[in-house]
Amino acid sequence: MTEQTTHHPEPSYLVDTGKYKGLMAWLTSTDHKRIGLMYMYAMMVFFAVGVLLGVVMRMELFWPGQQFYGPQMYNGIFTIHGIIMIFTVVIPGLAAVFGNFSMPIMIGAKDVAFPRLNLFSFYLYVLGAAIALSSQFMGNGPPDTGWTFYAPYSIQTHTNVVAAVFGAFVLGFSSILTGLNFIVTMHRMRAPGMTFFKMPLFPWSLYATAWIQVLATPIVGITLLMIIAERWLRIGFFDPSLGGDPVLYQHLFWIYSHPAVYIMILPAMGVITEIIPTFAQKKVFGYKAIAISSLAIALVGYFVWAHHMYTSGMSTTARWVFSLLTFLVAVPSAIKVFNWVTTMYKGSISMKPPMLFAIGFIFLFMIGGMTGLSLGALATNVHVHDTAYVVAHFHYIVFGGVGFAFFAAIYYWYPKMYGRMYNFKMANWSFVFLFSGFNLLYFPQFIIGMMGMPRRYFDYLPQFTFGHQLSFFGGILLVIGFIIMLITLFSKKGAKAPDNPWGGRTFEWRIASPPTLENFEVMPEMGPDEQPYDYK
Amino acid sequence: MEHRDDIGAKLGMWIFIFTEILLFGGLFLVYAIMRSNYSTEFHQAAHHLNAFIGTINTIVLLASSATVAMSITAVQKGNNKLAVILLFFTLLCAAAFMVNKYFEWGHKIHIGLYPGSDLMVSLSHGQVMFFSLYYFMTGLHMFHLVVGGIILTIVMIKVQKGTINAGRFVLLENGGLYWHLVDLIWIFLFPLLYLIT
Repeated sequence: MTEQTTHHPEPSYLVDTGKYKGLMAWLTSTDHKRIGLMYMYAMMVFFAVGVLLGVVMRMELFWPGQQFYGPQMYNGIFTIHGIIMIFTVVIPGLAAVFGNFSMPIMIGAKDVAFPRLNLFSFYLYVLGAAIALSSQFMGNGPPDTGWTFYAPYSIQTHTNVVAAVFGAFVLGFSSILTGLNFIVTMHRMRAPGMTFFKMPLFPWSLYATAWIQVLATPIVGITLLMIIAERWLRIGFFDPSLGGDPVLYQHLFWIYSHPAVYIMILPAMGVITEIIPTFAQKKVFGYKAIAISSLAIALVGYFVWAHHMYTSGMSTTARWVFSLLTFLVAVPSAIKVFNWVTTMYKGSISMKPPMLFAIGFIFLFMIGGMTGLSLGALATNVHVHDTAYVVAHFHYIVFGGVGFAFFAAIYYWYPKMYGRMYNFKMANWSFVFLFSGFNLLYFPQFIIGMMGMPRRYFDYLPQFTFGHQLSFFGGILLVIGFIIMLITLFSKKGAKAPDNPWGGRTFEWRIASPPTLENFEVMPEMGPDEQPYDYK
Repeated sequence: MEHRDDIGAKLGMWIFIFTEILLFGGLFLVYAIMRSNYSTEFHQAAHHLNAFIGTINTIVLLASSATVAMSITAVQKGNNKLAVILLFFTLLCAAAFMVNKYFEWGHKIHIGLYPGSDLMVSLSHGQVMFFSLYYFMTGLHMFHLVVGGIILTIVMIKVQKGTINAGRFVLLENGGLYWHLVDLIWIFLFPLLYLIT
């Protein structure tokens, strides 16, 4: 199954061959693999900061009343936690890291279509993140609006909203350019013989993602600029005290920010679709259904935004139309889940760490998805709107879904990235802690949310104490799992990885680990009878 | 290693133009909503805009787009010298547009008609919206005009040097596409703001 590691005369992409050495060689590199890794390192730092802020929030919520700091600081912390996690971790997320590292190889290309633009996107990302973080230290203190910047509060608060909003705008621009780059790459640079319907499914999910990035992000861009203009010039687009319409802001915001959820989750689904056939050694079930469902999610997902606004004041007709569309978008997501499960059926499954995380993903994503439906239904939504139930739901999607897919992807492509293996036993322990910690952290939030615990509240009634305390302990387990994972991956060099440690069939497993600068010694082709997942 | 894909480069540009249209699309959406909410106030406020200056600017921009298109043909036929002249004319048009806009905005600001002014506060909300959108949309358009001007200046220098030539002119084409976008947005702004009165 595992092919022999052959000798590769060319040096790997990790060796500096250009005119710079060391750090400068990385910072000036237009190689898609290095840019992917740079995104990964940056994201891990931001993620660690976001997790830390989350723990600090849970500490404050351990008992009712004030423990360590006051409500204003709490508002600031949940805002920056949201901004960091949403805009700098999960939105660029898998697309920026593994889209950059793996996608060009998987379609048989030497790089993305516009390598320099790719590096520029990375620097825009760094710049946007720096601007967003600078909001914490400049002006009148950290913004306290929540990551949604809802008007009129975002217009009226004296905190430093403009910097955070402008940071988000720049990050959006980075995301647009990455999406554009990927679309052109997949249109123009596929290997000879690889038609669209022979493209592996991770690139397919990135293709759908890229279109959402390109189509939806400009809307939030202009909306954020309008917030800035309104704060500076008191125009009155959104602030009712100036004659504006706050519901209009919510519409414009969610026209982007709901599709953004699919920007996060689609690449995650793509990763899972790569991992499951590899570790089941079985052809993926319903290739076309999975490919098309990605596009369907992108398309329908564009028209469901107002399900965030059932209680904001809309006509009954608008509400039921958006509710119906919300239920429709669940169909292609469910198709994927059924296809994953069916792919595993009668496969020869090997429970290596990436597969463990992939199965964990399915479990968590199902809970997240099903609770999403109860939120998309009008009657239940009014009951649980803006409660901890919503917090639990979207954490099950963006952390249980995107986060676990991210971990799965790291464990899956790590041997390719560094040419080294890692300790499976340690990796499995990291899964145990992450998975149990995650559920202990967020599942109680469903229950206390149903009981009426509002989200974004600094204080709470005594009957919610037990739930919050469970969540705190879950958070601690989660942090331990995260630390175990970092130790597993980065503490010491593992054994040398073969070119194809998992017996994968896609192109990246046919080249050296780590790949050479130009990926392929002989440019790959796909024969007329060849399929992307030809397992026996 | 030299990797060249002109079709890919143009595809990228078209997608980028698409995002720009959507960026303005958000503003057009707000315009449409406000117009239907405050149709009489928009009607009154639009009378304050000078349709004559607007028309001149429209003609100027259309002419500049024509010369960009002609410069591409000139380069394709190997006549770089003519292309430089045509591009220079385009940049002159851009400058003329900016001068016109300067006087137009300057006049409004002089009589106290700008967001946040005392006069604006005394107007009805619909009129405030109209003038705010006017400044926001034409301002954002002007920003794009300046960016387009910078791109075309770089392109013109490259045509002059000969790095853009009959065998390799995708940069000029993309610059031209961007310039047409700037023109196109104005074509929509002009009737919405100046003509519907």
